[in-house]
Amino acid sequence: MANRLTQAVTGMQEWFNERAPSFLPVYRKHMTEYYAPKNFNIWYIFGVLSMVVLVNQIVTGIFLTMFFKPSAAEAFASVEYIMRDVEWGWLIRYMHSTGASAFFLVVYIHMFRGVMYGSYKKPRELVWLLGMLIYLVLMAEAFMGYVLPWGQMSFWGAKVIISLFGAVPYIGGALTEWIMGDYLPSDATLNRFFALHVIALPLVLLLLVVLHIFALHEVGSNNPDGVEIKKGPKGNRWSDKAPADGIPFHPYFTVKDIFYTGCFLLICAFIIFFEPTVGGLFLEHDNFIEANRLVTPAHIKPTWYYTPFYAMLRVIPNKLAGVLTMFSAILVLFFLPWLDRGKVKSWRYRGVGFRVGLFVLGICFVWLGKIGSGPGTDPVETIIGRFLTAAYFGFFIYLWVYTAFGFEKTKPVPERVTGHD
Amino acid sequence: MANDGVDMGRRRFLTATTAVVGGAGIAMAAIPFIKSWQPSARAKTAGAPVEADISKLELGQMVMFEWRGQPIWIIRRTQAQLDVLSSLDPQLKDPKSEVTEQQPAFAKNEYRSEKPELFVVVGICTHLGCAPKLHAELKPEPFDPEWKGGFFCPCHKSRFDMAGRVYDGVPAPTNLVVPPYYFIDDNHIMIGEMKGAA
Amino acid sequence: MTDTGMHTMQRLFSGFLLGLALAVAPAAMAATEGALPASNANLADTGSLQNGAKIFFNYCSGCHSLGLMRYSRIAEDLQLSEDQVMQNLNFTGANFGERIPASMNPVDGKAWFGAPPPDLSLIARAKGVDYVYNYLKSFYLDSSRPIGWNNTVFPNASMPNALWELQGVQTARFTPAQGENPEVFEGFDLHQAGSLKPKEFDEVARDVANFLQYAAEPAAMQRKSIGIWVILFLAVFTLVAYFLKQEYWKDVH
Repeated sequence: MANRLTQAVTGMQEWFNERAPSFLPVYRKHMTEYYAPKNFNIWYIFGVLSMVVLVNQIVTGIFLTMFFKPSAAEAFASVEYIMRDVEWGWLIRYMHSTGASAFFLVVYIHMFRGVMYGSYKKPRELVWLLGMLIYLVLMAEAFMGYVLPWGQMSFWGAKVIISLFGAVPYIGGALTEWIMGDYLPSDATLNRFFALHVIALPLVLLLLVVLHIFALHEVGSNNPDGVEIKKGPKGNRWSDKAPADGIPFHPYFTVKDIFYTGCFLLICAFIIFFEPTVGGLFLEHDNFIEANRLVTPAHIKPTWYYTPFYAMLRVIPNKLAGVLTMFSAILVLFFLPWLDRGKVKSWRYRGVGFRVGLFVLGICFVWLGKIGSGPGTDPVETIIGRFLTAAYFGFFIYLWVYTAFGFEKTKPVPERVTGHD
Repeated sequence: MANDGVDMGRRRFLTATTAVVGGAGIAMAAIPFIKSWQPSARAKTAGAPVEADISKLELGQMVMFEWRGQPIWIIRRTQAQLDVLSSLDPQLKDPKSEVTEQQPAFAKNEYRSEKPELFVVVGICTHLGCAPKLHAELKPEPFDPEWKGGFFCPCHKSRFDMAGRVYDGVPAPTNLVVPPYYFIDDNHIMIGEMKGAA
Repeated sequence: MTDTGMHTMQRLFSGFLLGLALAVAPAAMAATEGALPASNANLADTGSLQNGAKIFFNYCSGCHSLGLMRYSRIAEDLQLSEDQVMQNLNFTGANFGERIPASMNPVDGKAWFGAPPPDLSLIARAKGVDYVYNYLKSFYLDSSRPIGWNNTVFPNASMPNALWELQGVQTARFTPAQGENPEVFEGFDLHQAGSLKPKEFDEVARDVANFLQYAAEPAAMQRKSIGIWVILFLAVFTLVAYFLKQEYWKDVH
């Protein structure tokens, strides 16, 4: 019986290989013969987790489009129709809304990991750039998705964010009208955001994700020691030519990722079933009131994942300067591989100045996020916000000076990776 | 090579267990998505049973109601129309209403109705969904010189008798559908629900 | 310090950082809730929900619709029969499966109150259940208002105290405005007793708030009980996956 089954499977494989001979090598290249460093730690699971969330967003998103009505007159009611009248609609919607926040959470950690271990450094600059593009598209995708339920926050958030484009000299006014297709966020805006959110941007996102992974697998993964395993000794128990410190992605990292995915899903399930709004953080209170263009909510703020940048916008008293600062804060990350001239990748062996700098950067980011989600009326907080904004940008200048002029005192990097979990 | 000291049995068992538990998880996760396609609370409300007032329905007449978007015909049949029904049996495909999906159990009788004179039927041809026309009188018709009253579908010439039973030799495969219904009183019928279902 | 010791320290430190980021960031950024006294509304208390529904339909639904709720859903979730709902709660003549309108014509509402009274389907999600509870308790007589009532939770609300027969009539004490400082609310005085004792009325307000909390998210009735099973299942799966991972990683030295 077991023999028959094996025969059948082998037969099918042969049938397939004859007709698509290039498929199996692709699978091998990315799975069984992709040798990943054996010393990956917990920080290295967030790439896979973001894939898990991406799949969740696509599946739940497809189902939501089956019930959602992309019109200003019907959108709000159709979301509540999903929450009440569609069988299990509430679960599908909460999976999607929780997924959106979870996506940013894992992506932010994934990015921070990249900086900690110097994963953007040569030869992985392209991987970093593609990742940054993913992040940009994700921001646009999430913003447009947040507009769709057409609650008060959807409407006023859309209004504020679209108004940012009004800061562009000369064409600002015309540009905002063009984006909205009206003189305020309206049915036309909602309808086009729907199209972009459910099909255009997801296609771009998927393409970028594939490129990101392919680019990574060309050069191989970095690791917590920042040691290039491809340059180290060759030969392991699976292959003579493979790096000695590499292990096949499948099955070793597949089983590890399955375990961590289980842990991650546990946290997500807890949120979805027990606290889906997370106290107004994932789903804001004011968004349970239908959009009303005549009444502005007392406290407009974007969802938590934008608030660090939103804070920068708000603490700067000039509109154009604020908008430029906000976009620069994202743009500057693209240049990280060239700003950081340090030769050592991992913070384990980098100078104290780098570790402290990165720590400060993290604090600035979280603190700005807190300021951006607050009411923004406290003048002391505004001053702190300006200081933090300066510190955020200061990190990148500091990093360049620190690494380009030999201030960094690094520790010796080991020849081989040091152990594993 | 990779097998030194490895308990392959345990490995295979754990792989299978993870696959089975994970597969079960995916199957269970699929249920909400599949169920979301069921008629929603809104559709169910729209498809709720309909109360039909037949107090003004005269002998030999037909009234139409709508239930779940389907035309429901109620006809008060004359004694002459009822008398001829049994004589038609040899010409019919399913004279005894053996196909159980076509009517509730209480209508599996000669008249295909609860009360012989009152006929409640879904006005949709069982062939391809056209609306048959009622030719109630027992008189020669262009499509049948010996017509004993019934329904004629203009689309593909299917014929049914006054109990919605399909004639042999026409494209429609089964008798017309009798919906679930019950009498609230002599003049009111609840269409779409069996007695005691609420 | 040995190499392994150093390594362990670093791992501990980075793990600590990650845990800190995960735990503190959302907590630090969560909007601070208003400091209103808690309503202690409990969705698991069906009796409270039934009483809240009764009060809502008798005192509130004349003016306020519950346009996203269906009578049939209330019957199902609050363990009431169709007859109970249709006879005791439905005063509009709507069908059992239909959504709940206000008895009053919205045009009249606009004429009487300046704006049609809002639909209350989502009020408890938009404002919070404690807000609803405290709002119901905070009406007081104010002759400066067109309708003669005011509210400390929602100042200058254009709504009279619909529950005054139960609560009685309150007046509010303020310390007068001094210079730049605006007047400060001190407390209520019961001007005229209602049919309920203050304690009993608190329970009524809690029940109405509880019912509106349910109406704002009927799915909340099921999601927690389902969630427990989902989490148990995921825990089992994760445990099995952990053993599988440990088994395979025996190969890696």
